[in-house]
Amino acid sequence: MLTRLSGWGRTAPTVARLVSPRDFEAVANVVKKSRERGVIARGLGRSYGDPAQNAGGVVLDMTRFDRIRRVDVDECLVDVEAGVSLDALMRVLLPFGLWPPVLPGTRQVTVGGAIAADVHGKGHHVVGSFGDHVRSLDLLTADGSIRELTPDGEGSALFWATVGGMGLTGVVLRATLRVVPVETSYFVVDTERLDNLDDLLARQSADDDRYAESVSWFDATATGPRLGRGVLTRANHARRDDLPAKPRRDPLAFDAPRLFTVPDVLPSGLLNRATARAFSELWYRKSPTRSGQVQNITQFLHPLDVIGEWNRGYGPRGFLQYQFVVPFAAVDVIRRVVERIASSGHVSALNVLKRFGPGNRAPLSFPGPGWTLCVDLPVRPGLGELCDGLDELVLGAGGRHYLAKESRATAEAVRRGYPRFEEWRAVRASVDPDGVFASDMSRRLEL
Amino acid sequence: MIDAVGNPQSVLVLGGTSEIALAVIRRYTGARKPRVVLAARPSPRRDAAVAELTAEGVPVTALDFDARDVGGHSAVLDKAFADGGVDVALVAFGVLGDAERAWQDHEAAIELAEVNYTGAVSVGVGLAERLRAQGHGVIVALSSVAGERVRRSNFVYGSTKAGMDAFYQGLGEALRPHGVTVTVVRPGFVRTRMTEGLRPAPLSSTADQVAEVVVTAVRDRRELVWAPAPLRLVMSALRHLPRAVFRRLPV
Repeated sequence: MLTRLSGWGRTAPTVARLVSPRDFEAVANVVKKSRERGVIARGLGRSYGDPAQNAGGVVLDMTRFDRIRRVDVDECLVDVEAGVSLDALMRVLLPFGLWPPVLPGTRQVTVGGAIAADVHGKGHHVVGSFGDHVRSLDLLTADGSIRELTPDGEGSALFWATVGGMGLTGVVLRATLRVVPVETSYFVVDTERLDNLDDLLARQSADDDRYAESVSWFDATATGPRLGRGVLTRANHARRDDLPAKPRRDPLAFDAPRLFTVPDVLPSGLLNRATARAFSELWYRKSPTRSGQVQNITQFLHPLDVIGEWNRGYGPRGFLQYQFVVPFAAVDVIRRVVERIASSGHVSALNVLKRFGPGNRAPLSFPGPGWTLCVDLPVRPGLGELCDGLDELVLGAGGRHYLAKESRATAEAVRRGYPRFEEWRAVRASVDPDGVFASDMSRRLEL
Repeated sequence: MIDAVGNPQSVLVLGGTSEIALAVIRRYTGARKPRVVLAARPSPRRDAAVAELTAEGVPVTALDFDARDVGGHSAVLDKAFADGGVDVALVAFGVLGDAERAWQDHEAAIELAEVNYTGAVSVGVGLAERLRAQGHGVIVALSSVAGERVRRSNFVYGSTKAGMDAFYQGLGEALRPHGVTVTVVRPGFVRTRMTEGLRPAPLSSTADQVAEVVVTAVRDRRELVWAPAPLRLVMSALRHLPRAVFRRLPV
C-alpha cells in the first residue's frame, strides 16, 4: 500500500509501498523481487530523519516480528525477533530480574533498529552501545539468503557493518542479546544543579565512573554568565536494600503510564523563544541538588515516554535533532556550539550532554571517546544555515554526526566524520552489489 | 532527496534562462551545490548561466529544450532524470508577447497558447510520471496573477496562464498520494526582461523576491502562493468585482 512515511522529526516525508510480511520467507521474497528503488526495513520509526523511508520503493514493516523466542536466565541471554521493542523486552525481562543493558532515550525502538543505528544510552561510558551486547544475529541479505553472524570469526566484518549500518547491509531478522541481572527496577539518583557550562562539564568529568548512568540536561536559552547552566543526573541501579519499605515488596515492579497522547492538530511555532525560556527555567528550578533519591524507570530514564506522540508538539513543519560527538580534547567545541545556539534565535528545550566511553569495532558506530551533545530544533527559516555552521566546528574538531538523528547533513560530512566509511562501503558493496537496500538517507548521503 | 530543512540535491529548470528560475537556482546554490539541469533553447544566455554556475562549483548540465516541440519533451526529461532523479522541477518557460497582436494575429495567439499552455501540460504529464515513480519531489509551476482574473489588456496571455494554473493545481491533487508536491506560484508584475518597457503594476517585484517566495514555498510544501504574498488579498478582491467595475479599473 502506498504510504507516506517520515521519521520522528516529521520532516521530508516521502511515499513508499509499505509491506508487512508475516514470515521470514515473505521478507525474502520481497527482497528478491525488489526493483530499481530498492527495499529498506522499518521498525517503530523513531529515527529522527530519513533512514527508514524509501521514496518510490518498498519499506518493510518489521513490527510484526515481535516474538521473544527464549529467555535464558542462567546464561543471561535472550533470543528475539527483530521487531521486538525494547519496551516489550524490558517488561518481559524484569520479572526474571534481567535488564537490557543499553536503553536509549525511548524504549519505543525495535531490536533491529537498535542494531542498525547501534544505539546508546546514558550508560555508554560503562557498557558501550547496543551492538556490544549482540551475541549473534540473522541477516537476510540481498541475494535472499539468511546468514547467522557473530562479532568474531567468519562473517564478523558483515556483523560489524550491520551494527550501525542503517539497514543497508540487509534485514536483521533475529538476534541473541546479552542481558544483565538486576535486583530492582529502580535507580538511586544523584542530581546536581550547576549554574554554568564550565561547572557542568567539570562535574560530569570528575567521577562519572562511579555511576552506571550519567547524563546532563542543559539550558540552551541562557546566555552570558549562565550560559549552559544545567542539571547533571547520575544513577546506579538500586539494590533491594536501597529501596524504601513499600517498593521493596515488589522491587521489580514496572509501570509506564501513558498520561495523554498529543493530537495531530498543533501548529508549528509553539516552541518559541518565550516558551523555551519558560520551560528551561522551570526544568532548572525543579531540579535542586540532592543525592540518593530513589526513582523508577520512567522517572529516571524515559520521562517523555509518558506522553504519546510527543513529536506532534512541534507542529507540521517538524523538528530535527542535532547530535554529534567530539573528542574530549575538543571540549571547546561544546562551548562554542552552546554559545551559537543560545545566541542564534533558534530554540531548543531538550538538550543533552554526555561523556561517551570507548567505541566499538563497527565502522559506522557513532559513539567514541568524547563529549556528545544533542539538541532538538524546530524547523524554522535559517536552521539549515545554523546547522551548516555547527558542522564546520564539529567536523573540524574530528567529530561526527549520529546517523539515527541525522536529517540534513551532506555526503561529504559523513565521510569526514566516519574515517572508516570506505571500509564499511566495501562490505556493503560485496554483500549488496546492486544496491537492493536503499533508503532516502542512503540516497541523500550516498551511503 | 530534499533534506529536513528544504535543501534539494538536484534541480531541473524547464525554461532554463528564465530570470526567476535562475534566481531560484542562485538561492539553492548558496551554501550547498545541488546538481542543476538547465533545459532551454541554445542561446548565449543559457551559455552564460552555465558558465556562471560552473564558476561557482555547481555541477550543471544544459539540455536543448523547445517548449513547442512537445514530441521531444519525453527525451529531454529522460536525460534530465538520468543522473539519479530530480528533487525540484521548475516549469519556468513562457512568452508574454504583444497583447494587442496576440488576439488579432493568428500565429501570435497560437504561439502563446502552445508555449504557455500546451507546452506546460506536456512537460507536466512527463514530470508527473517520473516523479510519481520516485515517490517524492516538487514541481514548481510559475503561473501568473494574470490568469486569476483575465483582463482586457492581456487576455490571451492571461488565458494561457489560467489554463496552466488550473492544470497544475489539479496535477497537485492527483500527485498528492504519490508523495509529490506541486507548488503553483502566482507572481504579479515582475521586473524582468520579459516585462521590459512595460509600466510596472502596483505590488511589482524582482526576480529575486519571487525566488525567495518559491524557495520558502518548496521548503514548507505549500501548494499555492502569491509573490508578493499580499497579492493574494488583492486578487481575491479583484476576482469578486462586478465586471462593469472591473473593466473601468486602471490595471
